[in-house]
Amino acid sequence: MLTQTSFQGKLSKTEDLFIPFIEAGDPAPEVTIELALKLQDAGADILELGIPYSDPLADGPTIQRAAKRALENGMSLKQAIELIPTMREKGLDIPVVIFTYYNPVLRIGEEKFFELLEQYGAEGVLIPDLPYEESESVRELALNHDIEYISLVAPNSEERIQKIASDARGFLYCVSTLGVTGGENQLSSEVTDFIERVKKHSPVPVAVGFGISTNDDVRMIREHADGVIIGSKIIRLVEAEVENLKDEQKREEALDRFYHNVRELVE
Amino acid sequence: MVQVYPDQKGRYGDFGGKYVPETLMAPLQELEEALDEAMGDKGFIAEYHHVLEKYAGRPTALTYADKITDMLGGARIYLKREDLLHTGAHKLNNAIGQALLAKRMGKKKIIAETGAGQHGVASATVAAKFGLECKVFMGEEDIRRQEPNVFRMKMLGAEVIPVSSGRGTLKDATNEAIRYWVANCEDHFYLIGSVVGPHPYPRMVRDFQRIIGDESKRQFLEGEPTLPDYIYACVGGGSNAIGMFHPFLEDDVELIGVEAAGKGVDTEEHAATLTKGDRGVIHGSLTFLLQDEHGQITEPYSISAGLDYPGIGPEHAYLFDSKQVRYEAVTDEEAMNALKLLTETEGIIPAVESAHALAQAFKEAKDLPQDKTILINLSGRGDKDLATIMNHFKGEE
Ligand SMILES: Cc1ncc(COP(=O)(O)O)c(C=O)c1O
Repeated sequence: MLTQTSFQGKLSKTEDLFIPFIEAGDPAPEVTIELALKLQDAGADILELGIPYSDPLADGPTIQRAAKRALENGMSLKQAIELIPTMREKGLDIPVVIFTYYNPVLRIGEEKFFELLEQYGAEGVLIPDLPYEESESVRELALNHDIEYISLVAPNSEERIQKIASDARGFLYCVSTLGVTGGENQLSSEVTDFIERVKKHSPVPVAVGFGISTNDDVRMIREHADGVIIGSKIIRLVEAEVENLKDEQKREEALDRFYHNVRELVE
Repeated sequence: MVQVYPDQKGRYGDFGGKYVPETLMAPLQELEEALDEAMGDKGFIAEYHHVLEKYAGRPTALTYADKITDMLGGARIYLKREDLLHTGAHKLNNAIGQALLAKRMGKKKIIAETGAGQHGVASATVAAKFGLECKVFMGEEDIRRQEPNVFRMKMLGAEVIPVSSGRGTLKDATNEAIRYWVANCEDHFYLIGSVVGPHPYPRMVRDFQRIIGDESKRQFLEGEPTLPDYIYACVGGGSNAIGMFHPFLEDDVELIGVEAAGKGVDTEEHAATLTKGDRGVIHGSLTFLLQDEHGQITEPYSISAGLDYPGIGPEHAYLFDSKQVRYEAVTDEEAMNALKLLTETEGIIPAVESAHALAQAFKEAKDLPQDKTILINLSGRGDKDLATIMNHFKGEE
């Protein structure tokens, strides 16, 4: 059991982590691959690859729009996982965490899902609507398939923090505020207290997400946490170039602008 | 020994549970503790019954529908008259219970989702009565087809928040209500309108609706004096049906839940969750739902806004799976014909939702012997549906 997991093997450091989120298939499968590579170039340490879902309860309007675009392209859980080998061939070597709601996993079958993750080379999974109490079978399958099951804690988790943190794998996802993704919140001093509390219990790096949208936010989180997760803001950068990214003639330049915008955000 | 559901984890057999973001685990825990404490407090129960009687107008009548019985020539038909309840549907039973609980928990702001607008009106009503601030999430399509209820909610002082995602119906309104609750759970009480959602919601709503079945049982035994042979109720999320069925689950009574078949269960346009759906998670609960091969939730359809929902309460999923309740599906057309028939023979204009239960019961009553009795839960009145009804029958005059 002392051997490294694939996730740990691919992770080059355990602090100052930059963890961006993109939605598979937004705005097209081949663009998702290019965006992943650009994010790695821009310093991403872990890639969160979102599976579009019809009814994303934990997501605000930005990620809802991304999911809608991706679903209109026919993207599915299986197809999204199948993008990973191409990303690898093109040089992606950071860990990939699949972010999916639970229903598509149930539909394909939990066993089959983890077989696919292992077969296509994902290193982690995060299921936002599967709280600790409902996740036992999934955590066990993850362990057996060398996949890190990423847990979340929220500012109101209180005494649950210890229980969740003690079983945390990969990294521990701290939700910065009460709310769905994409809020433009003021990160308060309460957040830093919360992060410190979580760090005390966590055996893995602690990363903070939800509502992180400016370079100032990033700097502030970096001072306290081991990593910063950026979702809706990255999606908005994609959204700003949607038409250009879809157009093969204009894609290269759009990707470059995306790269520079991401760099500015996390510098 | 009969198993008592739900269990500690909020499970009805395989179904139910809490499939929610971590942020909602604390508020759900807080709710469950407050609920258990309230339900164990005789004072709370007495207050709930007092408000039901003096404000809402309970008990509602049990009406023998002699004209329609004679016309169909089969089993004797009784109607449980939830249409006579204040605000016009069974939804108020639950809204009163939850509003009293919210007050007890010190929460002054409530949020609700609504399809037909009946739960929205019930929530706005209790908010006015108990001095709470109320936001109602409602899909844009439902705002269009249930306009009178939108006006009522606003008059009652509620804020109606239009939801444009999906087809703009109950599923989408529920998504948005849950998202809002996630962000505002510290001081808001989510007053859910049916036996859906994460534990303890399905149990709480059932317990606030079982007054329908408890009363019916007593009234039937006083009148007939035996239990009915068959009981019918329409099923959207399933609250009027569970409320009616629950007290009869151990009895020798056949229970029939009626879903909306829309334009037919063999078309894409229906809301027949149990008839056509599969296991899955929706709105925090493991149940049956309408979904595609990839696990994406599909858009339901029914002429009735209150039944136009791709999921169903987890206890119904369990009762279906364990074959304790039979579930049937009735089309728009069949429901509207039953609505017309009841109106013309009994002088009662039912809600389009309730008309689904009527249609299935009428279909079966004809072929049953005259010594059998049927009880139909008339979950609401049709005042809110006049535009839908006029539109459906236009050209027939
Ligand atoms: C009159 C009436 N009956 C039935 C329903 C369906 O809900 P449920 O299945 O929870 O009883 C509604 C919902 O709006 C309604 O207004």
